[in-house]
Amino acid sequence: MRPHQSFERLAINIGDERLPKNNKRDRLMATDEVILIGFRGGPFSLIVEWALKLKGVEYEYLDEDLFNNNKSPMLLQYNPVHKKVPVLVHNGKPVAESLVIVEYIDETWKQYPLLPDDPYDRAVARFWAKYAEDKCKTAAFSVFATVGEAQENATKEAREILKTFEKGLRGKFFGGETIGFVDVVAGWIAYWIGVIEEITGINIVDKETMPLLSEWFQNFLDVEIVKERLPPRDKLLEKNKIFREQLVAAST
Amino acid sequence: MAASDVKLLSTRGSPFVIRPRIALNLKNIDYEFLEQPFGTKSELLLKSNPVYKKIPIMIHNDKPICESLIIVQYIDEAFTSGPSILPSDPYDRSVVRFWGSYIDDKWFSSLLATLKPKTEEEKKTAIEGVSTGIELLEEAFEKISKGKDFFGGDTVGYIDIALGANLALVKVVEKLNGVELLDETKTPNLYAWSEKFCSDPAVKDLIPETDKLLELLKR
Repeated sequence: MRPHQSFERLAINIGDERLPKNNKRDRLMATDEVILIGFRGGPFSLIVEWALKLKGVEYEYLDEDLFNNNKSPMLLQYNPVHKKVPVLVHNGKPVAESLVIVEYIDETWKQYPLLPDDPYDRAVARFWAKYAEDKCKTAAFSVFATVGEAQENATKEAREILKTFEKGLRGKFFGGETIGFVDVVAGWIAYWIGVIEEITGINIVDKETMPLLSEWFQNFLDVEIVKERLPPRDKLLEKNKIFREQLVAAST
Repeated sequence: MAASDVKLLSTRGSPFVIRPRIALNLKNIDYEFLEQPFGTKSELLLKSNPVYKKIPIMIHNDKPICESLIIVQYIDEAFTSGPSILPSDPYDRSVVRFWGSYIDDKWFSSLLATLKPKTEEEKKTAIEGVSTGIELLEEAFEKISKGKDFFGGDTVGYIDIALGANLALVKVVEKLNGVELLDETKTPNLYAWSEKFCSDPAVKDLIPETDKLLELLKR
């Protein structure tokens, strides 16, 4: 089954209003209104896009101007607690936090289930998803945001954390032979480790020390739906090089 | 009480251990309480949770489940006895998961930071963080409980468990710093809720006395 096309547009300044309902195209759309507020310059909105695409859910994507730290009123309204992306808005009701969003998507749209049926297998999947969120995320970005000795330590730690993460693989993917919950939640690592490595000049994951994880990177990025949503690498490199310079300058 | 092969690896005083205990009580499930002596990690613990080497760990039919809120969800899905711990509607479930995540990922670090602050400034910021969290949860309680006793409605639910397990620690923070975090006038909902929560049959006897916890923390 082919995934539906998604409607994308950049949000420039939508103020406090909801999206316009006077558009003929909108009236003809299905009654389900799904909006994803995200940031293409960072990895985490991809998590939600992949979940939605796998399930063939149509959504409207709104990009936040976060390189300029310019958060839209809509973002602040829908995620007042954290003020962060991604935020899913389904028929006007917001869901925040990427793991929470993916479970919501999985429970709302039943096609292509992401979590397995068995409670024990679900607990294992949730464990590794949380590990990716708590440990892998911090590890990768610590390497990105530091220099000198701090970076050396961060790199050593990141390698250990990713080596441990590799243990969660259940075959080709974390979901087994097809992608599942953990793959969707952690798959950004497959793309972003390379970006971080290129910007910092540091090797974090290599085929010798993490053969299975390296293979997973390849297998995951080869999936059609995954490939389609990846932002262009050169743009990411360009913007994040500047972002890293700012981070490093701010901390020294 | 239903018979089942459930073991719970725990240590005394941990708020995280209280969570699966409440959940198992709600479901009327018998379990073997395997207390890890303070400062030691048994072979079973290391084998069952090689990644974090931490408690609580629930072992069900010889299979280990780790991370307290993941264990609570597992208990809700694996056992059909007793009330549901999470709501059935996907949106409501996302709300309870959001707050569970907030409590553990954001609020708890403030709570911990009040106990071992490096500076006065750090302590002040940490206490503010705990206070802010409590205000947010006070507001959330009104929306989520819909006039009932608990976040979970008529019965103790996911957020009740996630938050309630920390009540003794909150009281320790209040005592150590001479502050009132749960207050009858400032946070009337949570104040009333905490009494009901602590006296619920699934919970009572599990929340340690403030002084006892203080002693344990000093070690």
